[in-house]
Amino acid sequence: MIEFKVNGMNRQVDVDQGIPLLWVLRDTLGFTSVKYACGISECGLCTVLIDGQARRSCAVTVEDVQGREITTIEGLPENHPVKVAWIQKQVPQCGYCQPGIMLQTVDFLSREPNPSEARINHVLDNVICRCGSHPRIKQAIRAAAAMTAHKGG
Amino acid sequence: MMTELTRRSFLKQGSLVIAAAVFSGHVKLFNASPAAAATARAFKPHAFLEIAADDTITVWVGQTNLGQGTHTGIPMIIADELDAAWDKVRVKMALAAEPFKDPVWHVQVTGGSTSIRHRWDMLRKVGAAARRMLVEAAAENWGLPAGECGTKDGRVLHPKGRSLTYGQLSEAAGKRSVPENPTLKDPKNYTIIGTSRQRLDIPDRVMGKTVYGMDFSVPGMCVAVVARPPRYGASFQSYDEKAAMAVKGVIKVVPLDGGIAVCADTTYAAMRGRDALGVTWSKGSHPDLDDATVDAVFADHLEKDGAVARASGDVDTAMAGAARTIERSYKLPYLSHAQVEPLNCTAHVEKERCRVWSPTQGQTFTQNTASRLTGLPAEKVEVVTLPAGGGFGLRAEQDSVVYSVVLSKALNRPVKVINSREDDFANDCFRPASQCRIKGGLDKDGRVVAYAHKVAAPSVMSRLMPEAVQGGVDPDAVSGIRDIVYSIPNLLVNYVMVNLPIPVGWWRSVGYSVNVFTIESFMDELAHAAGKDPVQFRLDHMEQESRAYKVLSFLAEKAGWGSPVPDGRGRGVAVASCFESFAAHMAEVSVGERGEITVHKVVCAVDCGTPIYPDAIRAQAEAGVVMGLSVAFHERVRFENGGVKTANYNEYRVLTMSEVPDIEVHIMERILKPGGIGEPVLPSVAPAVANAIFKATGVRLRELPFQRELLVPGGRDQASATAGG
Repeated sequence: MIEFKVNGMNRQVDVDQGIPLLWVLRDTLGFTSVKYACGISECGLCTVLIDGQARRSCAVTVEDVQGREITTIEGLPENHPVKVAWIQKQVPQCGYCQPGIMLQTVDFLSREPNPSEARINHVLDNVICRCGSHPRIKQAIRAAAAMTAHKGG
Repeated sequence: MMTELTRRSFLKQGSLVIAAAVFSGHVKLFNASPAAAATARAFKPHAFLEIAADDTITVWVGQTNLGQGTHTGIPMIIADELDAAWDKVRVKMALAAEPFKDPVWHVQVTGGSTSIRHRWDMLRKVGAAARRMLVEAAAENWGLPAGECGTKDGRVLHPKGRSLTYGQLSEAAGKRSVPENPTLKDPKNYTIIGTSRQRLDIPDRVMGKTVYGMDFSVPGMCVAVVARPPRYGASFQSYDEKAAMAVKGVIKVVPLDGGIAVCADTTYAAMRGRDALGVTWSKGSHPDLDDATVDAVFADHLEKDGAVARASGDVDTAMAGAARTIERSYKLPYLSHAQVEPLNCTAHVEKERCRVWSPTQGQTFTQNTASRLTGLPAEKVEVVTLPAGGGFGLRAEQDSVVYSVVLSKALNRPVKVINSREDDFANDCFRPASQCRIKGGLDKDGRVVAYAHKVAAPSVMSRLMPEAVQGGVDPDAVSGIRDIVYSIPNLLVNYVMVNLPIPVGWWRSVGYSVNVFTIESFMDELAHAAGKDPVQFRLDHMEQESRAYKVLSFLAEKAGWGSPVPDGRGRGVAVASCFESFAAHMAEVSVGERGEITVHKVVCAVDCGTPIYPDAIRAQAEAGVVMGLSVAFHERVRFENGGVKTANYNEYRVLTMSEVPDIEVHIMERILKPGGIGEPVLPSVAPAVANAIFKATGVRLRELPFQRELLVPGGRDQASATAGG
């Protein structure tokens, strides 16, 4: 039995220890906002926060998260600056990539609250959005950063 | 927000339901309100619009939601003609049904950028008819002629200032007959069309609530993956069923036509079970097929005459009399759709019915496929279209529908079949590769007097719509050339069909994605040879005041064409027309010493007729630039040992954040029938960049993706040496 928290709730799962966290979250626990797209840690769509850090859940086994705290997109409040900015800038097209990209952004902004364009390009360069929402992702990151700065100040 | 249509919705008292039924091929609007005559419901019409007593307005959309904005754009059209209060409007996904078939194509399909351009009149009529019925109901209530009542924001207005809401009137309106030809609004009175509303489906996507096909489940469902041949024409020789069954969670191994399915409790178990099968495959039909042999097949075909796709004037004589001729060859690769959500489908076959839940782009194809496999009539096959994580044409394919229906029959339970990413690449129906040769003749004044364009490419339509292929010509393979935007007196278009086992299919903008690159690159070469400005040269070969002429002029103005170019940079343009719209792009680039190309800025100008939902147009145009650059710089499917070599995103790069330039989108204000948008904004991106690279470096790149080594001094010799080896 492996125990961890998802979005603040205790969870226990009885699965093989080596199963990627991605499939435990999706199939065992029903968090289907965590997306499968490549399975080789290449696209970033399965990203979740583990103790606040963005990690690709296809490359993390379930035993690695024993006792740790996982956040999926549902775990962020609806008024979270990243969610608000993503709606305000009308970012998603198909939207399948967005939960992973948003969670990576949450981690990024927690470390760099006011990133430059160059830093946004660099840090978000390892995710895939096939629809081409990139220009709006950039705008939304800046908007979320501004909102956070405003609240903080 | 996206729930399926149920007939129960017709039974809500106090609602006005405008539905559609199909009579001898014609879509007819119908009153399906509870208050309407009982006979009306006997036709089982499908709802387009419902106005409930609580003022809620529901619009049903039959088009797949790929995030392209039509699930907001379509309600906007109806709501505007209705004079609805926009904040009361909801959208629901309709089932596969006759009334939701494309009025032009007669199939329910989301492709060809048709969602709005083929439904413009019908959608406006739905809104206008409902408005008329509400006005008549209010007028009757007030004892006034209908002509004295106005409408605004979901209310019918009495001339003395009183008003009734649409909800209050819905039951009375539901007793009236649907006017066949309601008066449509004068475009100058639009209040919703032409405005940018928040897309209705975005909040759910941002909150992680959207259930895509991959996420779908029903009680009792199992998950299946299918081991398929790694080489074209191969079949399995042996596999280890016991080993697969030994994987915890695996339920059953089912040999299929062309593969072996492993069904399991969970996705992971199904995938591990498939790994355990240890399938051995036969050599296949083309064991030597690889990049080099494929390339050679195209090159050979380009030497054949091919079929004549268009011949006007006398090209031979004009070419012979030209002051100068130029001949160039271009080459484009196979492309994968690479949509982020892998293909999938869930089916449940029961004795009397079959239900299919799929992010399909072809509802009618899906319904027919399941009907054929189950022997049930189409009306007993319920197709629920789930939101799709990208599609770009691939989701018209039916493999996962076939597998899920067959497996549900075999296991007698609901089965969700999914592709892994590797399955998606290996079994994609690719955007065809292409090689072409273009010859142009200029007269002494630098005008194009002759143009001959020969394309060697596989045929998409031979497989998907064989009746469209006539006289050896696949119309998609020569699209953009046959309907070239330039007026050239002597024109010859030839097509040589390439037959390889590599399946090809619809991919965003289809043939235009190939041919606009070659035409617009070649037009630039001609302009250069003629010593003319690339924009002026193009305009000189267009009918004055044509829409192509206007969109290019509009681009030149907005992009500041002719203004000083920053040092070390080059600017290029390209223009195209497809799917009843017109688009032009200007790219500004620089090239570094090691051949690294930086795109600083792309400006897009588009004329898509009346702009219904400008922010969605903008989003599509931005996306067209991103995808167009991705194609220009990175995308290419590779083959080896008789099958697809490219396996995952690490071997099929798509454009990423740091490569995305500043993008400007300019939409022409037009009052014309809406054209498409998803596809028209793509084709002219790559040639605009190639033309800009030429301006910056003097090097002409005639192959996609760009070969950067050609931009390094001495790289041209190096590259040809490499190609030779």
